[in-house]
Amino acid sequence: MSKKLIIKEDWCKGCAICVAFCPKKVLDIKKEKATIVNEEACIYCSLCEIRCPDYAIYIEGGK
Amino acid sequence: MASPIIKKYIREGTLPHIWCGGCGHGIIMRNLAVAIENLGIDRDKVCLVSGIGCSSRIAGYMDFNTLHTTHGRAVAFATGVKVANPDMTVIVAAGDGDISAIGGNHLIHAARRNIDLTVIVMNNDIYGMTGGQFSPTTPMGDLATTAPYGNVDRPFDIAKLSVGAGATYAAKGSAYHVKDTTKFIQEGIAHKGFAIIDCVSSCPTYYGRKNKKGGAVEMMELQKKNFVPERLLERLEPEWIEEYDKTIRAMKGGK
Repeated sequence: MSKKLIIKEDWCKGCAICVAFCPKKVLDIKKEKATIVNEEACIYCSLCEIRCPDYAIYIEGGK
Repeated sequence: MASPIIKKYIREGTLPHIWCGGCGHGIIMRNLAVAIENLGIDRDKVCLVSGIGCSSRIAGYMDFNTLHTTHGRAVAFATGVKVANPDMTVIVAAGDGDISAIGGNHLIHAARRNIDLTVIVMNNDIYGMTGGQFSPTTPMGDLATTAPYGNVDRPFDIAKLSVGAGATYAAKGSAYHVKDTTKFIQEGIAHKGFAIIDCVSSCPTYYGRKNKKGGAVEMMELQKKNFVPERLLERLEPEWIEEYDKTIRAMKGGK
């Protein structure tokens, strides 16, 4: 199963921690919610997932 | 849908939680879930006890046996749970005000007894839930609603206080340093005796705003720049439940 970056918008509070600590600038804040702007650049490092205080972003699939 | 770790350990219907955007508490709660997963402990064998405050909402969110108790008394309730169920992994999650102000005496005496509890402090330097009053860990000179001209008190170092009181495992983690903090929580739970993990959390709503430390991201950057995760102590000493058990057996004529 290939990996996929998923955002659960209704849990996101737009704190932008994921945007700031993404090493590949995959994310941005739009309308106060985290949004994927450059998915091709994502290396699935999970730095956004482990520091999201609201569990609103995660990597699905793979190991 | 949520990630597997959240699905497994968090009561999904309670999310989104009440913690403000960028609050470090959510990160520390996830660290605890990951630590339990890594240790492979059965969820039904874990009891999570909390007191009052922002941090104490954790008992409502996490899917273990949970107790949401009175202000500062989480350690006392946890002691009772542990005495009645010595095989249970008992974890206390508390805030800095909860554990070091009103609950200060419970903390030091549990540490002195070396009872097998793990205390996770979500230390955000302020009373968040009640509107930003200074707590025993607010740094000297910093502003709070009850210290509009700067706090004149010197702060507690909760981990060192516990070591002084007799804790046998103590570490300092932070919301930013996820991997280290998770490792410390894991070690603390596996440790036989009183373990404390003092985790720097961030309160962008009150502490950050009052002290012009910026928003959620800037406060995380500050932790990255200024904080070093550290294990202060890990040693084995007689554990209280086992010692008590010996006394009971002796009273029964050694049976």
